[in-house]
Amino acid sequence: MAKREYSYYPGCSSQDGASSSNLKRSIDTMCEVLDVKLNEIPDWNCCSASIGYGSGGVLPRMALSARNIALSEQHNAGQDIVATCAACWLATKEAAERFKEDENFFQEANTALAEANLKMTNQTPIRHMCEVLIEDIGYEALSEGVKKPLEGIKIAGYVGCQTNRPFGIAGESFENPMYLDKMVDSLGAEAIPTYEKKVQCCGGALAFSEPERSQEMIKGIIEAAYDNGADMIATPCPLCQANVEIYQDQINERFGTKFEMPVVYYSQLIDVAYGRSAEDAALDGQIIKAKKLDDIAAK
Amino acid sequence: MSDMNTAMVEKYRNDFLKEVEANVEEGQWVKMCMQCGVCSGSCPLGNAWAHPPQEIFMMIRAGKRDEVLKSDSMWMCTSCYNCIVRCPRELPITHIMHGLATYSKRLGLAPKTQPTSQFSEIFWNNMMKRGRVNELKLGLSLYFKDGFGQGIKNALANQKLGMSMMKAKRMSPAEFFGGHGIKDASGLQKMIKKAEEIELAKLKANT
Amino acid sequence: MSDEKKFAAFICTGCGIGDRLDAKQLEMTATRDGKMQSCHSHEMLCSKEGVQLIRDQIDNEGANHIMIAACSRRAKVEAFNFTDVAMSRANLREGVIWSRPEGDEHQETTQEMADDYVRMACAEVRFMEVPQPSEEQGCVENILIVGGGVSGMTAALEAAAAGFNCHIVEKEGELGGWAAKWHKRIPYRAAPEGTPNTLTAHLPDPVDNDVADLIGQVEASDKISVHLNARVTRTSGAPGRFAADITTESGSTTTENFGAIVQASGWKPFDIDSLPEYGHQHPDVVTNVELEQMAREAGDGPIKRPSDGKEVKSVAFVQNAGQTSTKEGYLPYHSGIGDLISIKQAMYFKAQNGDDCDTTILYDNLRTPGAPGEDFYRAGQQKMVIFTKASVDQVAADGSGAKVKFKDKILDEDVELPVDLVVLDIGMVPNSGPDPYAANESLEGMSEEEQEAVKEELESETAVTVESILNLDYRQGTDLPQLKWGFTDSHFICFPYETRRTGIYAAGPVRRPMDIKQAQDDATGAAMKAVQAAVHAAHGEAVHPRVGDLSYPRFRKEGCTQCKRCTVECPFGAINEDEERYPLFNESRCRRCGTCMGACPVRVISFDNYSIDTVGQQIKNVDVPDEFEEKPRILVLACENDAYPALDQAAVSGQEISPWARVIPVRCLGSVSLSWVTDSMNNGFDGVIMMGCKRGDDYQCHFVRGSAMAAERMAKVGDTLSTLNLEPERVVVHEVAITDIERAPRLIKEMEDVVERVGLSPFKF
Repeated sequence: MAKREYSYYPGCSSQDGASSSNLKRSIDTMCEVLDVKLNEIPDWNCCSASIGYGSGGVLPRMALSARNIALSEQHNAGQDIVATCAACWLATKEAAERFKEDENFFQEANTALAEANLKMTNQTPIRHMCEVLIEDIGYEALSEGVKKPLEGIKIAGYVGCQTNRPFGIAGESFENPMYLDKMVDSLGAEAIPTYEKKVQCCGGALAFSEPERSQEMIKGIIEAAYDNGADMIATPCPLCQANVEIYQDQINERFGTKFEMPVVYYSQLIDVAYGRSAEDAALDGQIIKAKKLDDIAAK
Repeated sequence: MSDMNTAMVEKYRNDFLKEVEANVEEGQWVKMCMQCGVCSGSCPLGNAWAHPPQEIFMMIRAGKRDEVLKSDSMWMCTSCYNCIVRCPRELPITHIMHGLATYSKRLGLAPKTQPTSQFSEIFWNNMMKRGRVNELKLGLSLYFKDGFGQGIKNALANQKLGMSMMKAKRMSPAEFFGGHGIKDASGLQKMIKKAEEIELAKLKANT
Repeated sequence: MSDEKKFAAFICTGCGIGDRLDAKQLEMTATRDGKMQSCHSHEMLCSKEGVQLIRDQIDNEGANHIMIAACSRRAKVEAFNFTDVAMSRANLREGVIWSRPEGDEHQETTQEMADDYVRMACAEVRFMEVPQPSEEQGCVENILIVGGGVSGMTAALEAAAAGFNCHIVEKEGELGGWAAKWHKRIPYRAAPEGTPNTLTAHLPDPVDNDVADLIGQVEASDKISVHLNARVTRTSGAPGRFAADITTESGSTTTENFGAIVQASGWKPFDIDSLPEYGHQHPDVVTNVELEQMAREAGDGPIKRPSDGKEVKSVAFVQNAGQTSTKEGYLPYHSGIGDLISIKQAMYFKAQNGDDCDTTILYDNLRTPGAPGEDFYRAGQQKMVIFTKASVDQVAADGSGAKVKFKDKILDEDVELPVDLVVLDIGMVPNSGPDPYAANESLEGMSEEEQEAVKEELESETAVTVESILNLDYRQGTDLPQLKWGFTDSHFICFPYETRRTGIYAAGPVRRPMDIKQAQDDATGAAMKAVQAAVHAAHGEAVHPRVGDLSYPRFRKEGCTQCKRCTVECPFGAINEDEERYPLFNESRCRRCGTCMGACPVRVISFDNYSIDTVGQQIKNVDVPDEFEEKPRILVLACENDAYPALDQAAVSGQEISPWARVIPVRCLGSVSLSWVTDSMNNGFDGVIMMGCKRGDDYQCHFVRGSAMAAERMAKVGDTLSTLNLEPERVVVHEVAITDIERAPRLIKEMEDVVERVGLSPFKF
């Protein structure tokens, strides 16, 4: 039996053939090596991220999260909900907190839920996978399991927005969170604690609707990584990963830059450091290959 | 919805602040702004807003209803939450911006061609169909939002990106035909319909 | 002192002094050059055994003048506390070994420095006397309190609680002042700690006016006598023995003796009628003072507008009306609490006229000082008071209601806001008497005849316009000196209640604009200072900043030329004139700064333990090498309050100090006699640096005017140097703050460079 068990909310972008399917694959491997069992919430739905507000009011938006919470309570009773996507985590946690603050709102959500024959008590903690790593497993234990230290890789830890604000990881600052750097250190790679763009916005959903403005911000994020001598960027957030990785061609065209900066997930770092193959770590999902990671995985 | 707009104008004639308090998500916090401007200075797209949050709050207090609700400013919010964590008065600024966007759209005042507003609507509709987002269709709808010709252009411009995504198995043509979804989509739709009814009834009660 | 002086020297070899310096040679210097009759070394003089060694010499061997060569005089003051003898201290630790680098190449100059400091301390103590307190006088446990408002009543209650009697003199027919007229008070507490930041959190509201309770307590106290419709018509004497005439409207006068005085004469509202753009002549434009009356008359009912009695449904508050402007007719300062008042008054409307009464506060810079602070601002916002950042151009009114024309500074647009009522936030003007120095300051640069003419004119003017409050019979004027804009001169951070008249303390809005809570805190502080002053005076001791000092100025009458410089320059008005026009020192008015000593051209003023000689002999006892040795000497006269501690701290933090410097602490730069400068030049010193505190409006001088006086006097020292054929840059005056620990040694280094440039003094023998 696995040491730890959680109720898992992977989110739309993690599904097969979706933009961060590589995140899910690398998370699955990571949970194997860390002896963590994830029980996917059956029939989970979209959280509407933080872009649904154009059509959805507060109650409809939060009802979406209420449904996931209710399903988790029903099928994965007693297990903390764990999300790997920043927006999923934020939307679910925000909804849970709002239900707690406002009894009336909570009742309304349950009234809506009843239409889907569901009911929630809203007692489940809503957590991010990073919290599991830091709080339940710890940097020390993480470091102990390393088989192939990621020596010689300098990594800019890009935390982004929604993993960091407004909730963030307990004990970390909003302006300069250190946990990603500590994780990088634990795996034997070189962190850049002073990476000045670690909480800079990448544009989020506006990368689609305001591409020019967003790409200007993304350019800054990549530029600062180069300035700090980074070999690659690591991030916990699927939208950050996608936005920072996949538009580099377009940015190069727009701004005349020559970016080719790999952007990986923390989970991929762990997979490789724990001795798993490039495929297990979903490194084949990179559009810009993380060569140094590939090399270590191949050793 | 413009009926509701007329009714709201009627009811709150001179007091847009009270209208916002009653009808906009977290709107009761607007009066607590102390005009320090930290939100505007912290916004990653601050320079793209015709009226940054600080100004929006002041405009609400000054009763500038049309200027606020017809503005495209709050649609510039990237939901980065920087303003929220930095606001010395702890105003939920991001939520207020979302709330103003929702409200203006509901009253039919939101600018029709604002890209984020359009994207938001496309996203919502996409997600509502099967309970999960279909990224492929989301992308295509976005490309084609301004007509077929522009859509082809957009698609071609992003062709290289699409190809690499498919190669990396991070985009799937199979999604075009059905794709991911939840089993109880009709239950979810009923639930959302109910939630919308509850919300609308409250708004009506305020007119 | 009839007893023969018996000198004993003590040298500490602890803290590395013994390792870095030749202690045997220091002993020799003390006995041979310093003429000490005995000299003892100890490896840790501040230890119990070391202190006992000194004690034994005093008690058993009759030593009554002791020289301790150890750490700075500012260190180990508890251990080296021998009040029954005269004591000097040579600063070998901070002054020598900590400020000089180790190494053979420095050894010679370092040892010379130490030897000089031992010689200087020996010379100092040889010319000191043991200070004798003036005769013990009975403590007059009675405080005069001028003003019966909140500040005065609070001061009286506090002094009474400390066991003192008080007399309140109030010019009106009842106690309570302005505050008794207010509808409600600004709250005096913030929300309790831990109050969540929610929209429904309970935040402080205006509180009921409790000034009546205060009046009741005063009236019930058997220690407090109240004189209504009364004024102080004459105040004479000094702390510990003030005599005041209290005259009532009916003309009867009683005289009482007081140990100390608290002046709580309060404030009056600024006259806004002189500025027509605020439209105060219109009935629906009122001042915040007038609004209190209107709110009070309305009871808990709605406030009505004066023009037609209509219930007010919209009100605009114009903040900072007629204030913070250099424009003619405006108050040049901000009264600080006007925003708190407007928030409070806006809440009157929300409570009495209903939630739907629109209240707009037009502010530029919102300030909510004091305990309720930000919470009170938030309380107003919670109640939907609208705060608009604006600059108001005009209040226009005719008929009923008014229009405020302003620029919205956030939205950058011109706005015209029609309202039922406009409330003007007007400033607070202090009730001060005539400033004794107002005439002097405008006279600089005029001929004597011109000065006399202007003085006479000013005096006749001020006599008409400003009535005296204390009627002091001091030579230096009838009232407390002012700093700016009519507020009494008291350092707002370092010594807020002190004034420039010892034993007289200012409290409340006469000091600076403040609200009830702040005035009560202020009055409590002033009352405690007054009690202390009375007790210190009874013991013949000084008050702040040389608390407990028993020395006081003595003067040789036979040498005095009656030039009056001492009486004019004393920052505290301590020196009157006797019938023969000689200075008459009132020692309990004296702060012991020595400014009189520095001012005296014929050097007849001295203290037992601080005199022309105690410093002059130190200068003369520095061993000045002849010019071929190429070792300059730089005299540093450093104020003991800021510059000397800064130099000590520089040494502690490892800054180097020039090996040519010889530092002598002085009580205040104001006490520096020009003779010390000329003596040092004649003795072959190559440069003189005087380090005093910051002067001017934002002074840091502990004696208020001491460093300013010194700067004035030393401005002319260049002429003296020229007559000696010396370069004027050899003597400089610097302002040095206690935090200047890197700058102070640098200033000495700069003088080293000057000497390098202009060459050694030709006066070396």
